[in-house]
Amino acid sequence: MQSKTFNLVIAGVGGQGLITLLQVLAQAAMDKGLEVRTSELHGLSQRGGSVSVHIRLGEKVYSPMIPKRQANLVIALEMQEALNAVPFASGRTTFLINKYQSPTMGQGVSESYIKSAITGITKKSVFLSANEITEKELGNSVVSGSFFLGYAITKGLIPFTENDIKEAIKKVMPEKHWDINMKTIDFAKQYHEK
Amino acid sequence: MKDVLKKSGKAILLGNEAIVRGALESGVQFVSTYPGTPASEIGNTFFHIAKTAGVYFEFSINEKTALEAGVGASFSNLKTLVAMKNFGLNVAADALMPFCYTGTGKKGPTVIVVADDPSCHSSAQSEQNSRPFAYMAHIPILEPSDPQECKDYIKLGFEISEKLSLPVMVRLTTRVAHQKMPVVLNRIGAQRPSRGFVKDQNRFITMPPRVLEQHRELLDKIEKIKEIAEKSPINKIHVGAKSKKIGIITSGVSYLYVREALLQLNLNLPILKLGFFHPLPEKKIKNFIKGLNKVLVVEELEPFLEKEVNILAKQANPKLEILGKDVLSEVGELDPDKVASAIAKLAGKKFKILESRTKRVKHLPRFCTGWPTCPYWKLFAAVKQVAPKNTVFGGDIGCYMMAALPPHNLYNYLSCMGSSLGIAHGVKKATIKTGKKQKVIAFIGDGTFFHAGIPAVMNIVYNKSNPLIIILDNRITAMTGHQPNPGMGKTGMSEDVPQIKIEEILKALRVKHIKVIDPETEYAQLTKTIKRFLTKDEVSVIISKRICGLLAQRALKKKNAK
Ligand SMILES: Cc1ncc(C[n+]2csc(CCOP(=O)(O)OP(=O)(O)O)c2C)c(N)n1
Repeated sequence: MQSKTFNLVIAGVGGQGLITLLQVLAQAAMDKGLEVRTSELHGLSQRGGSVSVHIRLGEKVYSPMIPKRQANLVIALEMQEALNAVPFASGRTTFLINKYQSPTMGQGVSESYIKSAITGITKKSVFLSANEITEKELGNSVVSGSFFLGYAITKGLIPFTENDIKEAIKKVMPEKHWDINMKTIDFAKQYHEK
Repeated sequence: MKDVLKKSGKAILLGNEAIVRGALESGVQFVSTYPGTPASEIGNTFFHIAKTAGVYFEFSINEKTALEAGVGASFSNLKTLVAMKNFGLNVAADALMPFCYTGTGKKGPTVIVVADDPSCHSSAQSEQNSRPFAYMAHIPILEPSDPQECKDYIKLGFEISEKLSLPVMVRLTTRVAHQKMPVVLNRIGAQRPSRGFVKDQNRFITMPPRVLEQHRELLDKIEKIKEIAEKSPINKIHVGAKSKKIGIITSGVSYLYVREALLQLNLNLPILKLGFFHPLPEKKIKNFIKGLNKVLVVEELEPFLEKEVNILAKQANPKLEILGKDVLSEVGELDPDKVASAIAKLAGKKFKILESRTKRVKHLPRFCTGWPTCPYWKLFAAVKQVAPKNTVFGGDIGCYMMAALPPHNLYNYLSCMGSSLGIAHGVKKATIKTGKKQKVIAFIGDGTFFHAGIPAVMNIVYNKSNPLIIILDNRITAMTGHQPNPGMGKTGMSEDVPQIKIEEILKALRVKHIKVIDPETEYAQLTKTIKRFLTKDEVSVIISKRICGLLAQRALKKKNAK
């Protein structure tokens, strides 16, 4: 039974700003009067290691961890990490995957393996070179997370409007980071993959 | 983090931040901690807000001194919070036992927060379940399941502590400490004026014959708390469909998985959710199981709760069938699916955990890259370059632990904080005794050296063995999130204090061969010294001194921004 909860997995490696993304989404959810819970990992995993974090929102949310196969959306900020979110995915899941790879020690997997693994689960997957795009268009790849948020808003993949997210960014991030993140959201809105 | 000080309304808080908020709402006055994930954000948050909030906060040098500082503050009638990770409680245990006997100061209620880490997300060493400290020390234990409860239980903990002059423990697990949700904020509590240390020999001295009386008094206190637990709303029954005569007993984050799983399975069963682990509301449990044919106990790690239910069932309902660790693993954390599978077995339903066959990828944590880089890259390169093949390498706890992983694969043993040195001494003695001339190199971070390394060096010097000790002085306690330590001249209140120099400690301990080397700029010197020190008959120490790469990068960014 798929509950009415919205479930998002963000996968990546330590240092990619996953926790900040979660905080923005959690703030936006609270401001809309929704229940929300996140499950995060701090610590050892931050030193470039695998990190997966969960956020769930809706009218009633119990477990901070998403039950298997119930993610509505997976955002993988590192391509190989998308595979670690697979247990939470089903045919109804959308994958947004950053075409960026952080090296693993000799046990990495190829882009083609990842593509076939993901498309074997769901028809809804998008691969974007967010690091390159943001580096080129906005001068800094640290906003690749916000780029995916903007992209997800435009495609209706998260239950928030552009305004919800922008307001939440202002509450969560220090003022000096507002400008570039707002610009990133605006840019992502009009971005069309070629 | 800033939301912790928000006046009112709601804020999205991490479990650990909610702990801080709960303490502030209770009017906490004195806070001490030693960092350790998953409890680290409690200290980090106080580190940020202590001055603004008017709370005394310190990073003690280890958990024992943290707890002892807390005991002193409590004896002096300050409202006190002490926080640590699970292993920390082992270090502090010697101080915990008598503290439960003396009890707190009359107006010095004390809450000790201890965070366990099922599945060892941020722990090596062991998958420790800290619950049995309740049996050993007779300390009451409360177990919240989410950030809102973190806040509420801290406040309740202070109330109980004050009522019975007994410290109270709040036990977290990773999925509680690192869970976020909107938390309702109440007013930050006013701090009581301090009454100072009020002398009371009868209370604060634990010596026979008085200590036996104190033992009795402690057991009596626990009986009184049992009465509180019987009536407490945090041990609550969710009435479900009674027709099936089955029910669930659970606590902590497992409770949330139970609710989730029941939703998935479309079941409505009675649940007894326990906020107290110790003492248990025995009457409430008996009443709950009386009318049941079957009960499932859902708890992580060892079946402590299940055993208690077993005993209570003998009196209240001998025919009761009790499920627990026969359907749930004793190793690793639970999750909604594991719990759903157990409940399905209880209810005679079908539920299959869906495993996927897709390859998983593991990005192992590694020393930080970028420039300035992590000083450990060069250090371990040098060691690998010159140390003889049969050298025994002892690892310890900190970022340098990652030298156990590829590409280094270095260590031959790794245990608890400070033990690289303590064990090195034993290995050296043993290999000398058996005529095997194995070299031993033991690694230890600056934070770990201050925490537990000094007594081990003293033992090595006093009992005469000769490992080569390499102290990785990266000027901070890095792994747990960059907390200051005595070597760097900053306190938890952000005051400047004199730096305690490791080489001066070593000199005072009569270590003969000491060398301070920067592994990045003095690489040749480093390899030469390792070779030379490995031939010494006495213990020798290299202090590999260079600032943590992340810190250096942050400092550089700041400078460039100016
Ligand atoms: C008794 C105990 N307390 C706390 C911890 C958590 N802990 C893990 S690593 C670490 C810090 C080590 O710092 P340091 O030795 O300076 O090494 P660095 O991370 O800077 O390399 C701590 C406190 C622990 N493992 N055991």
